[in-house]
Amino acid sequence: MSNKTLSIQAIEFGTVIDHIEAGKGAEILKLLGEYIEGVPVTVGFNLHTQSGRLKDLIKLEGVILSEDVADGVSLLSPGASLNIIEDFKVAQKRSLGIASQITGTFDCLNSNCVSHTEPVVSRFSVQADEGDIKLRCHYCEKSFSRDLVAV
Amino acid sequence: MSNPLYQRDILSISDLSRDDLELVIDTAKKLKEGDGYGLLHKKVIASCFFEPSTRTRLSFEAAVQRLGGSVIGFSDSSTTSAGKKGETLADSAVMISSYADAIVMRHPQEGAARLASEFSSVPVINGGDGSNQHPTQTLLDLFTIAETQGTLEGLKVAFVGDLKYGRTVHSLAQALSLYGCEFIFLAPDELSMPDYICRDLDERGIQYRKSQDLAAAIPECDIVYMTRLQRERFDETEFKQFASAFVLRAEMLFGAKDNMRVMHPLPRVDEIEVAVDRTPYAYYFEQAKNGVYARQALLALVLNEEVTL
Ligand SMILES: [Zn+2]
Repeated sequence: MSNKTLSIQAIEFGTVIDHIEAGKGAEILKLLGEYIEGVPVTVGFNLHTQSGRLKDLIKLEGVILSEDVADGVSLLSPGASLNIIEDFKVAQKRSLGIASQITGTFDCLNSNCVSHTEPVVSRFSVQADEGDIKLRCHYCEKSFSRDLVAV
Repeated sequence: MSNPLYQRDILSISDLSRDDLELVIDTAKKLKEGDGYGLLHKKVIASCFFEPSTRTRLSFEAAVQRLGGSVIGFSDSSTTSAGKKGETLADSAVMISSYADAIVMRHPQEGAARLASEFSSVPVINGGDGSNQHPTQTLLDLFTIAETQGTLEGLKVAFVGDLKYGRTVHSLAQALSLYGCEFIFLAPDELSMPDYICRDLDERGIQYRKSQDLAAAIPECDIVYMTRLQRERFDETEFKQFASAFVLRAEMLFGAKDNMRVMHPLPRVDEIEVAVDRTPYAYYFEQAKNGVYARQALLALVLNEEVTL
């Protein structure tokens, strides 16, 4: 069995997050957190792509990633692609890009933001700002860089 | 057709268009000239101050009463169930909105008014949410500038003092940038206008410069907007040095244009010498009075489909 078949071993039904920027896989796993509790997960770090670059890859068996979580993943690795697997086949494939809204996946960095103490999910609009990607909180209206967001 | 502010939440100045701003200013002007009693007939306004702010609260409550409405509410949440029993703001908003026709609120946390508006069944007017927004302050400032200058278009405005932490000056500069005004930012380096605001002004093609020479800037200006330098941010010698550079003294006003007016959101501490009060340029007390008219205008527009004066 070659290295390659090992790393993309087929699943019957689920989600493959592919072409994750090498090094971001661990952060994405952390983001997935309780969402993947009890779910069989296969992880590949620093896999070689056909173009010779390195990528990370995460396979989730039996779950389809929700839009909100996919948006969160997009923020950590905008170049990643999402493959929905049904019947061992790719039923749907899309590259994530960067979502314009992120809901419920990150906490606001402003400790005095009302979203921390009230029964609401966090909401951010995403803005590209001179090469940096910024999140602006729907509630407190503070903006901060994607790199500062704790997963 | 109902007015564009009818039943709207007023949370952030950036939610208001140029037309919306002008409607409020125009209505405030008419209310100052005439009488709006009856515009809030049979309306109950909840005045909910989760942190104390005597000035803002009195101004809102005077506005309600002058329009013939009535006020319920509290001036400090430490004495109410919201504060004491740990009720969420979301639940408070649901409950209060079942009693009142509109909610005016001030809260120490950023985003509180927007959150409350998502749970309230009646319009929410933000009277200040932490360090975030205080839209009625900006509305009364715009009304005052329009009143003294006859226009908002193309004015030269100096902002003086703490430009880093002062949300008042941030919101006002952003609003005035809709009107092609030019700015002079006078502040110590430690308290200068934040980069994100300057970038925003750059994007809109607004002219501005930073300076530390207040006296030299005054003859150019239509409005000099003073703010408080917070003593606690400096050590004593630093403070004295800044204070002498950024305190407005009466002799600096020789050479000012006749139409120039000095504004200040109050309370003043010592950044405007008392002698300035007796000059024709002082307008800060009238500005505070205008707060009642601006809030009257906003309440009247939010609670009446049509306002005829
Ligand atoms: Zn926030």
